[in-house]
Amino acid sequence: MRNRIAVYICHCGSNIADHVDVEAVRDAIAGEEGVVLAKTTMFACSDSAQSEMIEDIRENDIDGMVVASCSPKLHLFTFRSVAERAGLNPYNYVQANIREQVSWAHSDKPEQATEKALQIVRMAVAKARLSAPLTPPSITSENVILVVGAGVAGMRAAIELADMGSKVYLIEKDHYVGGRAGQWGNLHVPGVKGEGLVKDLYEEVAGREGITLFTGTEVISSSGSVGSFELTLRRSPRYFNPKGIDTSGSEFTGKVRKAVEACPEELDDDYDFGLTARKAFRHSHPGQFPDLPSVDMQACTRCGKCAEILEGVDLEQEEQRVTVKAGAVILCTGFSPYQPQEGEFGYGEIENVISLQEFRRMMALSGSGGRLLFRGRPVNTISYIYCVGSRQLEGDNKYCSRYCCSAAIHTANLVREKFPGVRNFHFHRGIRSYGKLEELYEISCSEGDIYFQSRDDELPEVIKEDGETIVKIADILTSGRDIEVGADLVVLVTGMVPRDNSRLVDVLKVPVGRDRFFNEVHPKLKPVEVVIDGIYIAGACQSPRNINESMNSALSAAVKSNSLVSSGEIELEPTMAAVDRSLCGWCGECARACPFDAIVREQYEGKEVAAVNEANCKGCGMCLPVCPVNAIQLTGSSDAEIESMIEALIDLK
Amino acid sequence: MAKQPAILVFSTEKISDPAIDMAGLMKMHYPPSVYVMTVPCSSAIKPRWIMHAFRKGFRGVFIAADGTDCPYSDRCTELTGNIVARTQEMMKQKGMDPARLRMAAICSVCSEPFVRHMKTFTEKLSEGEV
Repeated sequence: MRNRIAVYICHCGSNIADHVDVEAVRDAIAGEEGVVLAKTTMFACSDSAQSEMIEDIRENDIDGMVVASCSPKLHLFTFRSVAERAGLNPYNYVQANIREQVSWAHSDKPEQATEKALQIVRMAVAKARLSAPLTPPSITSENVILVVGAGVAGMRAAIELADMGSKVYLIEKDHYVGGRAGQWGNLHVPGVKGEGLVKDLYEEVAGREGITLFTGTEVISSSGSVGSFELTLRRSPRYFNPKGIDTSGSEFTGKVRKAVEACPEELDDDYDFGLTARKAFRHSHPGQFPDLPSVDMQACTRCGKCAEILEGVDLEQEEQRVTVKAGAVILCTGFSPYQPQEGEFGYGEIENVISLQEFRRMMALSGSGGRLLFRGRPVNTISYIYCVGSRQLEGDNKYCSRYCCSAAIHTANLVREKFPGVRNFHFHRGIRSYGKLEELYEISCSEGDIYFQSRDDELPEVIKEDGETIVKIADILTSGRDIEVGADLVVLVTGMVPRDNSRLVDVLKVPVGRDRFFNEVHPKLKPVEVVIDGIYIAGACQSPRNINESMNSALSAAVKSNSLVSSGEIELEPTMAAVDRSLCGWCGECARACPFDAIVREQYEGKEVAAVNEANCKGCGMCLPVCPVNAIQLTGSSDAEIESMIEALIDLK
Repeated sequence: MAKQPAILVFSTEKISDPAIDMAGLMKMHYPPSVYVMTVPCSSAIKPRWIMHAFRKGFRGVFIAADGTDCPYSDRCTELTGNIVARTQEMMKQKGMDPARLRMAAICSVCSEPFVRHMKTFTEKLSEGEV
């Protein structure tokens, strides 16, 4: 029993102290049995507060510690480390969550919040009193990372990981890497095109021995956990085997072109958003790698015309399953452009209304010089309607897609440079060209682009009148004046939505937020981690972002995952089940409940009993309630601990 | 105002704790008479803990179950369900209303459902319906 406990009540600036009387909690807890020291602190996590705690622990012979502050998700490890540095076993530290679960949740009832905070702290003290000093077991870890998605973020992460010495499996669902960056043509970095960026990254990936790239590949099942995930990958066939074929010369390229021409199955090219057609037998676009053909089997009729022309085509290729072991996983599955609804600002109904992504692709495919044409008609005026599919008052996408203001302005600037004389009209709801991107906005304004702004609940309208497409707005920049602008082309500035990741979510249990993007543990403290240990997220699968931001998060995820697995050992939580052999008479219930085969049968004093295999036990506790004689206790959740915590909560003095 | 009936919530560290924390983060208020105790998994809750809570004065016990989101086992829904059924049997034998024990799956982003559950459970318990 710990009976020299130190308790710290954190103000968290004003986050806790505004709604909870922290001094009153301190005064009340100071008299609690086993508490020898109780203090308030402005920021418990600050360096100075941590130093003070270390001093207190050493000087007062403290044997247990409680910090009442934020959620343990944020600072449990911070304060365990404080305890450890002071010579106290880190498992004699208990965190009381009086911010997320008290001051914030009950900011409407400060008196009751204070009372509840005290009860929560008493519960933590009760737990600390019964806490046992523990030594965490460690498991061996593979210095192998699986990166899912080979867009710019996935490739960037893979390259960094390989350079830090991790072995990398980089998998891509499509038969070509590059994701979406290659679709956009000129990026806002002068002289850099999306396809060039993808090419550079692909060449770096290809040049590293530590990276194994699988295209056409998805994760279909996963077992194991942090340190040793076992992942089954499904590799769908490309229907082309380059083995023994020189694919580098113009002879090969010429034959591929002929094979594409010979293919009778034509369909919309989704990489070009249907602006062009492609064949079932297809070659990579610039900005897609490897530079090899592939067959879209959903459209292919197996007529064999391509195989007659090109050596290596193998329409009998079969799907493969590969199992890989990895210590950690990084998800970089990217985004999809928001698809406007039929009739949303005229989309799908008025022929010259298109999305920003479609327009970007159209620009990327158009040659230089001459006039800007849309369906054969010259374009002299373009209207951009902002926030389509973002900041929805009604509808699911409440979030700001963030990248799109700058992307639209940048596009308008590109149009003006490439096709002088084209006029740009912007219909926005407040321009958010943050950071250095503001330069793009300045250029646009100084070059004569016209900006109109609407209220969130009074959006512009796109109508067709006498053959002319017109955008109408009640413009708040001119005191709500009704303005009409004729447009040769209307570009809907569409935001980002996450890709359909339902299988991954299912297989890896990755939490998804209300916006349907992957959810990090904490935007500031654990920005690339999810609650499942060993799984990291990067790029636009986490939230809408531009290429720079995707690269940043890819580098963070690479460093975090490498530092987790590179030492070959990961320290685990010492939470484990333990069987009281004197009570146990082996009935096997616990073994049947255990998902990890951690319960084994052994002999003890002439009878059969259950025993826990600690290497397999994950501390889930599923064996606890099924034992008919209550012979199993879980570290940290023993009957004594749980029941004394219940008493501490309810027995108010 | 009369004191509201105390509810003990057994919540899981990886799944429902984040949802309950996020409810606070979003200042979604629920009765302060709701207390949260963290367990690793909802299938780890012993009926005796629940009975202890009732004995000590909690009016209601709510199990924020992992359900199909359980990171440990796909049998979690069934196993937690068994715990509730067994405990409710014990409650009936003691002449207690089994509706004082509730269970609902609370996923890691189910902040709104959590708050809604806490409000309705508190109302039911206050009205003396259970």
